[in-house]
Amino acid sequence: MLNFILLIFIYSGIYALMAMGQNVITGYVGLLSLCQAGFFAIGSYATAILSVSYGWNFWLTVPIAGLLAALAGIIIGLPTLRLKGDYLAIATLGFGEIIRNIINNWDSLTGGPMGIKRIPMASIFGYTINPFDKWAFLGMVWIFVLLGYLFFKRLARSRIGRALEAIREDEIAASSMGINTTKYKVWAFALGAFAAGVAGSLQAVFTLSVTPGPFTFMVSIMVLCMVVLGGMGNFIAVILGAFLIQFISYFPQLVGLSNVIPPQFKQILFGLILVVMMIWRPQGILGRAPRMSISGIRRKKRTTSNGGESGDTIQGGSR
Amino acid sequence: MTLLETQKLTRAYGGVVAVSEVDFEVEQGLITGLIGPNGAGKTTLFNNITGLDVPTSGTVQFKGKNITGKNAHTICRMGIARTFQNIRLFKELTVLENVMLGRHFKVGRSASTGRLATALKSFFSMEEEESIMREHALKWLSFFHLEHLVDELAKNLPYGHQRELEIARALATEPSLLFLDEPAAGMNPQETDALMKTIRKIRSLGITVVLIEHDMKLVMNICDTITVLNYGQNIAQGTPSQIKRNPLVVEAYLGKEDA
Repeated sequence: MLNFILLIFIYSGIYALMAMGQNVITGYVGLLSLCQAGFFAIGSYATAILSVSYGWNFWLTVPIAGLLAALAGIIIGLPTLRLKGDYLAIATLGFGEIIRNIINNWDSLTGGPMGIKRIPMASIFGYTINPFDKWAFLGMVWIFVLLGYLFFKRLARSRIGRALEAIREDEIAASSMGINTTKYKVWAFALGAFAAGVAGSLQAVFTLSVTPGPFTFMVSIMVLCMVVLGGMGNFIAVILGAFLIQFISYFPQLVGLSNVIPPQFKQILFGLILVVMMIWRPQGILGRAPRMSISGIRRKKRTTSNGGESGDTIQGGSR
Repeated sequence: MTLLETQKLTRAYGGVVAVSEVDFEVEQGLITGLIGPNGAGKTTLFNNITGLDVPTSGTVQFKGKNITGKNAHTICRMGIARTFQNIRLFKELTVLENVMLGRHFKVGRSASTGRLATALKSFFSMEEEESIMREHALKWLSFFHLEHLVDELAKNLPYGHQRELEIARALATEPSLLFLDEPAAGMNPQETDALMKTIRKIRSLGITVVLIEHDMKLVMNICDTITVLNYGQNIAQGTPSQIKRNPLVVEAYLGKEDA
């Protein structure tokens, strides 16, 4: 039982990394991307291939996994930047599927549908982080989450974060203020993908084998749900969202009802959550992060007089 | 001295020619008015000069440099700022943040250090960078007496203040040329009077102003020179008194006699 709860926390951490990446793209720049599964897969396979075929140390594969995913983010970002809302969502969704299909068919590199097995465990200073020793692994994952959180928080509070928000609010005005909107959008994609790549890397040393099966677009949808549920534009909120979604999807097993409740049940529940959230609390459970006031100490809570506002960002294809 | 000049600037959307071979000149230090009936192509001309739209043909020269077809952010960095007919503020950001965004490209780029070094430096010395931006932004906010609203969200401001905030944001980029697209739209006579004073004050800072406006009282009062567009063509230019007497202008606004 305790092991199972730890498992939920581990997956929450891995998905929290992905959700923070998604939050940069969707919560800050306001681009609806559905590609985190693809970047996640790239990260997983990078670690798997580098450590199995080339004998690399796990810690060396982590930045490579992130960078490769970021590169993929730039490749998807550049041609699709002209697209907005629904159109961007469809294009990125297609891109995610392309990644999965390439992995599925490039037998010589990825092992095709059989995947890659026997990935060496991560170790640090001679201490092996065995995924069956859940406490150690949990610690490692959440250190990554903490580092990611500190980095993104810093970014969000800087002029760069402000520029990203300006692009979300009004792209034309932002470019007329001397902000290179194309550059920032590509960077946001790259950063979001980087986080997902690192998450993929962790996933690989947790399951110790990778197959293309799990990297479907349902993963991207789940990550998006985490961001929407927690609150767009708020990194703490999306970590909370990641935990809640993971908790919900493992809930039947947790209470021993997995025989009674079919696994498809969680998809129904996700759909229901999205509908309920959009109607009653479109800004998410915690809402956007409060804005800094001039003194930097006293903070002003964002007033949400218009309830539909946050929902706009995600559906605003008509603009 | 000519600060900005368009030569035979044309913008066609398919068969519709919104701006047709317009030669438009802006003299340094003056307030230039751009008037004309609705659909005359005034905003299109603005958009083509400020890089939001790319001309079909013709050129735009700013300070002797060809800026035709450059990106909006590049043109802004060269010293042309603008406001919009339908106010385009960053609504969910605070008043202060809106103006600070006008300072965005001013920091983080120094010639002495490399790009990466600058990026790293700004990552670690964020507070210093922020406080410089904040101070500049506050200066422009106090120019419009908006200091007391700094922490307010832009969308919660009354209409008149939103217009002022948009001008403050544009001024924060320290332009040498400022384009105002219908700044007095929706203002009452008192607000319009205040706006006229503000525009004169902006000119006294050495900033050249070009404005599109339908409020003739404002245009005739503060503009040093006026250009009139009709059906995408430049039909007249001159001082307010010349424009008032120009038969072509009268015709464009009131129609021909015995028509």
